Amino acid sequence: MMQDARTLIRALREPASVEALNSRQWTDLISVARAESLIGSLAHRVKDVAVPDRVRAVLRDAIEAHDLARRQAMWEADCARRALAGYPGKIVLMKGTAYVAANLDAGIGRSIGDLDIMVARDDLPVVEAALLDAGWEWVKPDPYDDRYYRDYMHELPPLIHRERDRMVDVHHTILPLTARPTPDAQAILEDAVALDDGLYVMAPADMLLHSIAHLFADGDLAGGLRNLWDINQLVRHFSGGDAEFWMKLRKRAEKHGLVDELERALRLAVRLYATPVGKGSAGWRKISDCLYVRRLLARDGYGRETRKITRFAFYVRSHWLRMPPVMLARHLWAKWRKGGKPVGEPGIR
Amino acid sequence: MMAKMHDISLKIGPAAFRIASTWQRPLDQLTDLYKAYPAPTGETVDFTVRLEPEKPWRRFIRPSVHIGGDFWLPDAAPLPLDQGLLAAEMGMNLQMALGWRRHLLLHASSVEKDGKALVMTGLSGSGKSTLSAMLAERGWRFMGDEFALLSLDSGEIMPFPRLISLKNRAIDAMQDIASENRFGPEMKATPKGDIRHLVPPPDAIERMNEPATPALLLFPRFGHAPELRPMGQAEIFVRLTQASTNYVALGEAGFRALTRFVDDVPVKAMDYQSIDQAEELIDALWSPLP
Repeated sequence: MMQDARTLIRALREPASVEALNSRQWTDLISVARAESLIGSLAHRVKDVAVPDRVRAVLRDAIEAHDLARRQAMWEADCARRALAGYPGKIVLMKGTAYVAANLDAGIGRSIGDLDIMVARDDLPVVEAALLDAGWEWVKPDPYDDRYYRDYMHELPPLIHRERDRMVDVHHTILPLTARPTPDAQAILEDAVALDDGLYVMAPADMLLHSIAHLFADGDLAGGLRNLWDINQLVRHFSGGDAEFWMKLRKRAEKHGLVDELERALRLAVRLYATPVGKGSAGWRKISDCLYVRRLLARDGYGRETRKITRFAFYVRSHWLRMPPVMLARHLWAKWRKGGKPVGEPGIR
Repeated sequence: MMAKMHDISLKIGPAAFRIASTWQRPLDQLTDLYKAYPAPTGETVDFTVRLEPEKPWRRFIRPSVHIGGDFWLPDAAPLPLDQGLLAAEMGMNLQMALGWRRHLLLHASSVEKDGKALVMTGLSGSGKSTLSAMLAERGWRFMGDEFALLSLDSGEIMPFPRLISLKNRAIDAMQDIASENRFGPEMKATPKGDIRHLVPPPDAIERMNEPATPALLLFPRFGHAPELRPMGQAEIFVRLTQASTNYVALGEAGFRALTRFVDDVPVKAMDYQSIDQAEELIDALWSPLP
């Protein structure tokens, strides 16, 4: 039985490596890939490699499922566009929807859940009103959570469409306001790139840095392998055609206060996905990189989460990163009094 | 350290499963009840089901089984270990409902005669499962009591003859006609009532890869005076979309398969109070079919 997610990493990096797998190992690999939301990406990567018949059928299912997810994501983005047709500011698509809309490799086979968009912070009331008017509703009408989102988060409380049952997260920046780095949201909006339909995506460096901020400065690394795969794909795409990419990326990371996160992301991407990175761009190796790798690979061949202590350490870290200690204590106290478990705070999924 | 898991593989119709469990007992029960099924040895599977303690200490103290796997639902209620067999069956159903894409899944039972399939669907309690089990003892081939798998291109129904899940009064009724060695353990007061599993007849298992052309769709309703009623196409279509677990996930392919099914297959709503009445009504509809 597979002890960790290493086989999945190797399969993504070198698709031909799966030819050596026996049926037991394939069964393990499929469970791991499903648990890490990488089954669609894996299916596309091994398209031209010989695999057993039943595996082929499973992978074809994954490809079709993600084709549909793609179409639904584009439809949802267009619904938001039409709902906000009267809004003159930029509407910037984020994460999976942006990768698909911009036709990037990172979007191939990627699972896409909610629609994530970013607008100027001053315009939130206008955008919120327009969405409510077009059929979106509050998901959590809890006053504490609502206040929490509005005061401390980088997004509005999630809205769900009453007929299509799909969620939209409206962001005004890329990290919670309580996190230590404070990215320059205005610069992100200013440099965003227009698509044909009038929606925007972030400029290359910002798009990559958002993915990195999301992974290292905002969460407990849940879904981290998928996130790091996005980073790998974005790096390969953006650095390929632009000789000055690494220099621009560095400058941008300095502007957003995300240099450490950028270096860490590049080191881990090199280590796990053999991502080609610019000379000196990944900084010095740190001993803690091993802990990150340990956490990222914590999944056994049955698809179970393993290494509970490492996982818990990163869970604690995620709260430490996103709020100062006194505020964290107050937050957990409020959650505890309401009888809610201290897991699943706003923003953690 | 993670608890060690045991696992077995099962093949039911077109789908293959790995059932992994922290406890050996549910796997022993499955192995015994599925012994007539072909083992998918040396083959990969489509889905993994995981039966694990809800909390680590729940492995030993008041053991309770959490149903997980490749596909899972948040907030799935755990079951006591005595109901581990039911947990495994629910786990397999869940994988099919959320993950299967090679057919349109209809929450329906089906039986076959002369290469043609009778499909029965309806709300739980309508008797569709019991009817299929009963008809299987009266000259029909049992194809499944939970899911009818509608092919996306040929329009045929593929069997999915897992163990028949008998509930409450249906247990006594089947105990009167099927031999004791075909039954699993009786599980009292589960979230679905009293449950006892029944191994399908041998021909259902031997012919589990043989599809059949759907020839009649019934919406049975148990407990009302025997009657057959026509139904409008729009109502049929909408009720089938509700009876399908993957209609939305299949997109256009699901829509095409379902409209074709509704266009081609004659439909009746059927009220009945006994299996004899039902059989009489079905025979009357079945014999004039082409």
